[in-house]
Amino acid sequence: MIRVQSLNRTFKVGDEAVHALRELNLDIDSGEYIAIMGPSGSGKSTLLNVLGLLDRPDSGKYLLDGIDTVTLPEDNRAAVRRTHIGFVFQSFHLIPRLTAAENIALPMMLAGTDPGLRRKRVQAILESLGLEDRAHHRPDQLSGGQRQRVAIARATVMEPTLLLADEPTGNLDIHSGEEVMTTLEALNKGGITLLVVTHDPDIAARARRHIHMVDGAVVEDRKT
Amino acid sequence: MRFDDILTFTGKTLSSARKRTWLMLLAMSIGVGSVVILTALGEGARRYVTKEFSNLGTHLLIVLPGRVETSGGHPPLIGGTPRDLTLNDAMALGRSSSIRLVAPVILGSAPVSYRQLERDITVLGSTAELLPVRKLELGQGRFLPAGDPSRESAVTVIGNKLKKELFGGKSALGKWVRIHDRRFRIIGVLKPLGQSLGMDLGDVAIVPVASAQSLFDTQTLFRILIQANGREAIPRAEKSVIEIIRERHDGDEDVTVVTQNALLSTFDGIFRSLTYAVAGIAAVSLGVAGILIMNVMLVSISQRTAEIGLLKALGSPSGQILRLFLVEAGMLSAAGAFIGILIALAGVWALDRAFPAFPLSVPVWALAAAVAVALFTGLLFGVLPARRAAELDPVQALSGK
Repeated sequence: MIRVQSLNRTFKVGDEAVHALRELNLDIDSGEYIAIMGPSGSGKSTLLNVLGLLDRPDSGKYLLDGIDTVTLPEDNRAAVRRTHIGFVFQSFHLIPRLTAAENIALPMMLAGTDPGLRRKRVQAILESLGLEDRAHHRPDQLSGGQRQRVAIARATVMEPTLLLADEPTGNLDIHSGEEVMTTLEALNKGGITLLVVTHDPDIAARARRHIHMVDGAVVEDRKT
Repeated sequence: MRFDDILTFTGKTLSSARKRTWLMLLAMSIGVGSVVILTALGEGARRYVTKEFSNLGTHLLIVLPGRVETSGGHPPLIGGTPRDLTLNDAMALGRSSSIRLVAPVILGSAPVSYRQLERDITVLGSTAELLPVRKLELGQGRFLPAGDPSRESAVTVIGNKLKKELFGGKSALGKWVRIHDRRFRIIGVLKPLGQSLGMDLGDVAIVPVASAQSLFDTQTLFRILIQANGREAIPRAEKSVIEIIRERHDGDEDVTVVTQNALLSTFDGIFRSLTYAVAGIAAVSLGVAGILIMNVMLVSISQRTAEIGLLKALGSPSGQILRLFLVEAGMLSAAGAFIGILIALAGVWALDRAFPAFPLSVPVWALAAAVAVALFTGLLFGVLPARRAAELDPVQALSGK
């Protein structure tokens, strides 16, 4: 479902140019579970941002589910983000003044979905993740693991085909991290393509395919 | 995004940042409140003055001795001291077809006494015509008798306050009072009429003009008051007066004619301009409020970059983000305007209770204008922060810049 050809992305840091992505090529099939690893500065976060349509490459091709995304105008890219892609961040990024249920409903609210439908869908997701009793709690009333799982619920409420997780357990203890990874893997089993960026080898070991990046290029790409 | 959702989302945002929101509301409400109150005050002053002038009389012209205007350039060829206005001048004016009533007026001050009580008052000498021309109203008895104005008569009509001071609750009709060294019989008492043209109509004694002339030993009139034959007749009446007097004064145009209309419209115009000016000054505070909103929103946005980045990551297009922040600015302006109007209405109500004589009212145009300007200001000053938010790079925003 993902086809990347000759992707380039350069940043200007002060006077220097940093080649975050160099002539990157990548093919990903639907339903894969991939861990992307590499030292800091290797470009793995940039790759995730480009795949997530948050960043536009300087050159190259990126086809997502057959859509040529690089040439799309910005508003269309936003629409594709909304319907095809879900993000999970290291620092959760929940809106602190909204309850768990409201946070999860946020993508649907932005899309203009009918309130009744929203409620149904949010209820269903909360149940499937075992979070119903936390529905009306604010983020500051939730544990780290619960927050990340609410974030995952938000990321998947629009039923995306691609789930991108950037160091999802980075701010969590081992136990919560385990909970979160289990949740993500369950979603992957349901058919969502899962990409996890991590520097933790234990987390990476759980994936079925490893991509190792150094200095903007893929140095290793093996299936386990 | 559904509009009701936009409102709920923005409403939650504003209510969660309590201090910040109240600060902006305060600024906006002060701006709107001051515009509305000051406009009400200006409008009240205008109405007060025009009402006072309207109450002077109907189609009223006032003739004053002496020319008030000065022409520019060379010194007047004809000039010198103005001639006195005489009773005969006044009678001559009655000949004009555009003039319905003429009331000559002599003014002086004298002590009035009844038994041991004495009071210094204003004495007006005039004729029966004074009653309709000056819209006076009788409480008891009757007014000066009609007839030959050159005939003296020892009768007087007194004001309400004077009557109370000298006679208390007892009837004054038929009683004799002393004005200076003369005795006059009270034939009427005016209703309480308050102040008019700077004169307290409660503290007057009105006597026939010929009696006033000998009382104050003067032939010359203070004013001649004229009621024209209708609104359209006023300009013709003005011309007639000047012609007739000029004829009688050997070609000297040594009178000034002031029309009630001219006075009214002059003051009306002055007070309208005053009201607009004052409202304009108050509107400056609205501008300040707008600047405050802009700055507070910029700060708010710089603290909410992660949230904005998140919204973009969730697929919200830039236009939607712009709209969200504009609605935020708009909501603040609307709420601030609403509170400001409430404060202004409360203030006007309080002032109205404290000063019942002053006709305070909030003109609807001021309310509408204040709200419109408030919304416009809020949106105008909200555009910059809203665009800043919409143009944030999501990657940088999410990483906390």
